[in-house]
Amino acid sequence: MAGFASPDAFSPGTSALQLLPIRFERLGADRFLVGNMVGDMTEMTAIELDRLCALDLAPGDGLYERAFEKLFIGSVEQRAQQQLLALRLRSRLSFLRAATPLHLFVVTLRCEHTCTYCQVSRQSTDRVRFDMDQATASKALDIALSAPAPLIKIEFQGGEPLLNFELIRWIVLTAKERAVPRGKQLQFVITTNLALLNDEVLDFCAKHDVLFSTSLDGPRDLHNKNRPRRGQNSYELAVAGIARIKECLGPDSVSALMTTTEASLDRVEEVVDEYLRQGLDGIFLRPLSPYGFAIKTKQFHKYHAQDWLRFWKRGLRYILDINKSGRRFREFYSTLILRRMLSDKPIGYVDLRSPAGIGLGALVYNYDGTVFASDEARMLAEMGDRRFELGSVREHSYRDLVLSDTLVSAVADSLTQTAPQCSSCVFEPNCGADPVYHHATQKDPVGIKPLSEFCERQKGLTTHLFELLEHSPEDAAILRRWAQ
Amino acid sequence: MRPLVLSARSPATDLARLGTGRQSWRLRSALSCPADDRDAALIADQNDWELAYARGYKLAITRDPRPGGVSLSYVRLPAAFAELGEGDVLGIYPQSGRVRVLYRRSSRHNFFLVTERCNNYCLMCSQPPKKVHDGWLMDEIADTLPLVDPTTPALTFTGGEPLTEWRRFIGLLDLTRDLLPDTAVHVLTNGRAFASPDVAIAWAAVRHPKLSAGIPIYAAVDHIHDYVVQAKGAFDQTVLGVLRLKDRGQRVEIRVVLHAITAPRLRETCSWIGRNLPFVDHVALMGMENTGFAIANNDVLWIDPIDYQEQLKAGVDLLSAAGINVSVYNLPLCVLDPSVRPFAVQSISDWKNTFVAECEGCSARRDCAGFFSTGRPQFSRGIAAI
Repeated sequence: MAGFASPDAFSPGTSALQLLPIRFERLGADRFLVGNMVGDMTEMTAIELDRLCALDLAPGDGLYERAFEKLFIGSVEQRAQQQLLALRLRSRLSFLRAATPLHLFVVTLRCEHTCTYCQVSRQSTDRVRFDMDQATASKALDIALSAPAPLIKIEFQGGEPLLNFELIRWIVLTAKERAVPRGKQLQFVITTNLALLNDEVLDFCAKHDVLFSTSLDGPRDLHNKNRPRRGQNSYELAVAGIARIKECLGPDSVSALMTTTEASLDRVEEVVDEYLRQGLDGIFLRPLSPYGFAIKTKQFHKYHAQDWLRFWKRGLRYILDINKSGRRFREFYSTLILRRMLSDKPIGYVDLRSPAGIGLGALVYNYDGTVFASDEARMLAEMGDRRFELGSVREHSYRDLVLSDTLVSAVADSLTQTAPQCSSCVFEPNCGADPVYHHATQKDPVGIKPLSEFCERQKGLTTHLFELLEHSPEDAAILRRWAQ
Repeated sequence: MRPLVLSARSPATDLARLGTGRQSWRLRSALSCPADDRDAALIADQNDWELAYARGYKLAITRDPRPGGVSLSYVRLPAAFAELGEGDVLGIYPQSGRVRVLYRRSSRHNFFLVTERCNNYCLMCSQPPKKVHDGWLMDEIADTLPLVDPTTPALTFTGGEPLTEWRRFIGLLDLTRDLLPDTAVHVLTNGRAFASPDVAIAWAAVRHPKLSAGIPIYAAVDHIHDYVVQAKGAFDQTVLGVLRLKDRGQRVEIRVVLHAITAPRLRETCSWIGRNLPFVDHVALMGMENTGFAIANNDVLWIDPIDYQEQLKAGVDLLSAAGINVSVYNLPLCVLDPSVRPFAVQSISDWKNTFVAECEGCSARRDCAGFFSTGRPQFSRGIAAI
C-alpha cells in the first residue's frame, strides 16, 4: 500500500488564485452582504471582505472554503467554477428563449367600480366606445399567436372585462381554433372584480379552462372603502364569486390580489386572515403603482417604500407563524424573490427580470387597438404619456412591435447588467429592470436608483429574506419550500 | 455475522475435459435440460448426477463428493460457500481451482468489478485500487452478461475506476444495452473521465434506457475533495464531468461518503449541490464502510455518526427543499434524527449486511439498513432499540 499524502499536498497554489465577479453591499457597521453574479450570497466582516478582494486567503482558513463554495474564487487552471457560473447564468436568462408568453387584452375600459386607486383610469359604464371590437380583437389575436413562446397566456383586463363578456367568449373560441395549426398551447385568465359573475360566465369558463384573478383588499370595511361601487357591496360580491368559482371550477381556478393603501398599512394581519377565511393558498402583498387615478387622487403618495416594507415584514412574520402552526400559506412577492435567490429557474414575472419584461415578456392590446409594452405602459398612456406605445394591431406585426425602436431602446437602456448602480449591485441577480416605472417616476427609463422606491423596496425585501434564511432556521425551512 | 462467502478455493474438482482457461457457467437444476452450452447442473441430491449426465450437462456443481463411477466434470463448493440457486452464474478458474459467484439471480445487489485500477486513491476506499493488469475482468463480464437473467432489476458496475479503459468499458455498456435493456445499470465512477467530451459523448451514445452514473463529490471545495481522493485537480474534473453528462441528458447520482473530513461541511456541500447541481437525479449521503483503506486511515476518518446529525439533518433539509431526490445510505435508523429517518434506505448489500445485539426487539429493524459485516466495524454510541 502506497502512502497517503497530507492535506497540504492538495492546496492550490495561492499565486494561481483569481477573484471571480463579486458584488457587495453594507448591511451594518461590520457586516457586508457579498454575492456572485448568479445570486448566491453570504455575509462577511469588513476584514473578510478586504481579504477576499486582496485574495489574502489560504486553504483551511475557513474564508477560502466559504469563498470557493460561493464561486467567488477559483484557480486559473480550473474550469468548473466558471462553467458553473456560465451555465447558471444561462439558466437564469432562459426566459428569453420563450419570448412574449403573456398577452393582455383590454376588452373594455368601462367599470362599475369607482376605486380611487384605479391604476388604469376606468371609464363610466355607459360609454360603449371604450369597448374593444371583434375586428380589433382578431388582429390582436394574430399578433399574440405569432409570438415565439410555445405557451401563450391570454389575460382579459379592463376596466371590468365581464362588461364585454361576449368578446371574451369570441376570443377564447377563436384563439383555440387558430392555435391548432400554429402548434401553440393556450391559457386564459380573466382579471375581474367578480361583481358581474353569473352562471353563463361560469359555465363557459368551466368548459374552456378559463381561470380567474380577482381583487380582495382585506376585510369587508377595508375592501369596500378601497373599492367603492353603487350598493357598497364589492366585498360581498367578490367573496361570493370566489366561493362559486372554487365550487364550479375547482379550488385552483381563482387567485386574488390585494393592493396596499394607506388604510391597509396597520391591518396586515386582518388582510391575511381574510385570505385564509376565503380558503386561498397565499397572498400577494402588493404596493400601489404610480399610475392612473392612484396618481391623480394622490393615493400613491400617501405612503413610502419604508412604510410598505414595514407592512410587508409584519405580514410575512404573521404568515410564517401561520405556516408553523401547520397551515400552508405563502406570500407570493417573497416567493418570487426567493425563487431568484435559491434557484436559477427563470420566473415568469415580467417586472423582475432583465432584459425587461416589456414586450419581451408581455404585450398589451388596448380596447382601441393600440399596443403597449406592458400594462403599466397603457396606464401611463391613459395619463397622456405615450412613451411606451409600440404601435397598432391594424398596422403592425409582432415583429414590428418587438423590434420597434421604442421597445429596443427602452430594453437596451435599462439592462440591470449594465445600468449604473445596478451593474455593481449585490441584489442585481435577484432583481429586474422596470423602465416604465422609472420613466413614470423620474422621466428616465434607468433612473437614479437612490431615488427609486422600486430599488428601495427590492433591496429591503431581499435583505430581509436573506436575514431570515441565514439567521432564523425555522423560518428558513418554510421559505426554502416556497421557492420550489 | 460474517459476510457471505462468494469466492473460495474448491476442495475438489475434475475439470480436465473443460480446458484450463477461466470460464463462466450458469447454474440450472439437473431436472431440466441445459438451455445453453454454458449451463451447469446444480446437484441437489445423489440422483441428480445420473440425471445431469443423461440430460447432457458438461459440468456439475455440488456440495457433496462425486459418487464413485460417475465421470461428469464437476466443481465441489466449500462448505461455507454461499447458497446458490438456479440462474446464478459462477466463474471457474481451473488452474487455481477457485470459484467465484459472478451473479446471484435472487439478489438485488449484483455488481461486476470492472477493474481494480483507479486514478483516485480515496482515504476511505473500501476496494483499494491496485496497479495490475486485470483487463481479463472485462472479458469475463462480457462472457457473463449473456448468462444473466434479462429480467434482473438492477446491476452495478464498480471498480477501481470502470472508465480506466473507457473504450472497452463503453463496449460492455453497449453489450448490456443489447442483452439487458430493462435492467437498471448503475456505474460507480469517479466521474473524472467525463471531463473529456469524447467520453461523455460515447457514454451518451450507448443509449441504455436505464443507465446512470454514481459520482462522488466529497466537498464543494477543491482542496478538500482532492485530499479525500488523493488526487490534485480531481474536483475540477469531476464537477466538469457531471456537467458534461447532464448536458447530454444522462442520469447522474452524487454520492457523498460521510466521515470526519466531509461531515463537518456537509451542510455547505448540500447547499452547494442544491444551488449548482439541482439537475442531478439523486444525492446519496452515505455512512462509511469501515474496511479497506478506511481502517488504515481510521484516525483521520472516524467520526461517530451521532456527532454529525446536525449537519446531516440540515443537509437533507436543504436538498429536499430544493426539490432534489435525496437518500441516506448505510446508517442505522437509531442514530438518525427523526426528521432524517424517512430518507434512510436499506442500502447495504445483502451479502455483507448484519445487525447487532441491540437490534433484538427493535421495532424499526424491518426498515433499517443495519450494519456492514465487512472490515472492522465501528459502532456509534447512539445505537439503541427504537
